Amino acid sequence: MKKGDIVNLCLAAAFVVFVVASFVFGLQPGMKLGRISWDFTKTMILMFPGAFILIGLFEVWIDRSLVEKHLGETGGLLGYFWVLLLAFSVMAPMVIALPIAKSLSEKGARLQIVLGFLGFSTVCRIPMSVFEATYLGVPFTLVRFMVSLPLIIISSEILGRLFVPPSAKGGERSIG
Amino acid sequence: MNILYIAAGAALALSAAFSPRKTAEALKIAARKFWKILPQILIFIIAVSVVLYFVPEDRIAEILEEHGLLAGSAVAAVIGSIAFIPGFIVFPLCGLLREHGVSYTVLSAFTTTLMMVGVLSFGLEKDVLGWKLAAARNISAFILAMLTALVTGLIFGELAA
Repeated sequence: MKKGDIVNLCLAAAFVVFVVASFVFGLQPGMKLGRISWDFTKTMILMFPGAFILIGLFEVWIDRSLVEKHLGETGGLLGYFWVLLLAFSVMAPMVIALPIAKSLSEKGARLQIVLGFLGFSTVCRIPMSVFEATYLGVPFTLVRFMVSLPLIIISSEILGRLFVPPSAKGGERSIG
Repeated sequence: MNILYIAAGAALALSAAFSPRKTAEALKIAARKFWKILPQILIFIIAVSVVLYFVPEDRIAEILEEHGLLAGSAVAAVIGSIAFIPGFIVFPLCGLLREHGVSYTVLSAFTTTLMMVGVLSFGLEKDVLGWKLAAARNISAFILAMLTALVTGLIFGELAA
């Protein structure tokens, strides 16, 4: 376990102790904070196991060569199309898309495509977009798609060229 | 949420039918990966809770209503970058704000940064992209969100060209 993780776990433990103590001693702000974090934990924590099961299955069943061929250096711009389709189906916020991006990268997707996937998954997940269009209108959602999708591709191309993929560095820094 | 588990369950059943060994391996990978990022997830949850404690959703709504088009968009983009609110809460909230006369430009700046820029999830992102690239991605996402808001404002006639 890394040093940063230990610090994080200690912080989390301190937080839990604080909240529990607040309930024991009837400290109002601490109790309120506890209720907020409990509600949020319930929404978040439930998403992770389902997402990670799918990631695990992806890792054992999908051949590296397949990912490399379509999303790697040889995939060209069509790779964006495939990750767009994948992004449509993401049902959760970016924190869930991140481990998926990590797996794609480990399987040989090039950095541009990984960044493209992250961008697409934030902007055009279908369940979220339906929700958005319901409350803000279809034109609003369409404008967002039409403006942000090309910009995501452009910014992914730029960033992908500027940075070395973390997976290429190997060792501790590597994705995984 | 339910669809996620239906998908995961179906994929798991299918996988087990073909190869129980590979399925077990997949579950092991899933557990290991989850365990590895759990500390970051916990910090993320705590950070979001603390922010929500000090600036609850109804307060965010008030702030978005208080400002005009340009200042409002800038404020909305900053709040959107920091806050983390699930879609099923934020879009009904935005629908309500729209009825209260908040412009599409402001709502676009708010929702786009909310989804694309993640100050509170930076720890998780840093582990995937490295901190330099994670920072660069967030900055470029912020610019992208502002451009999207700008075009939204022009198309909906809220900003004069």
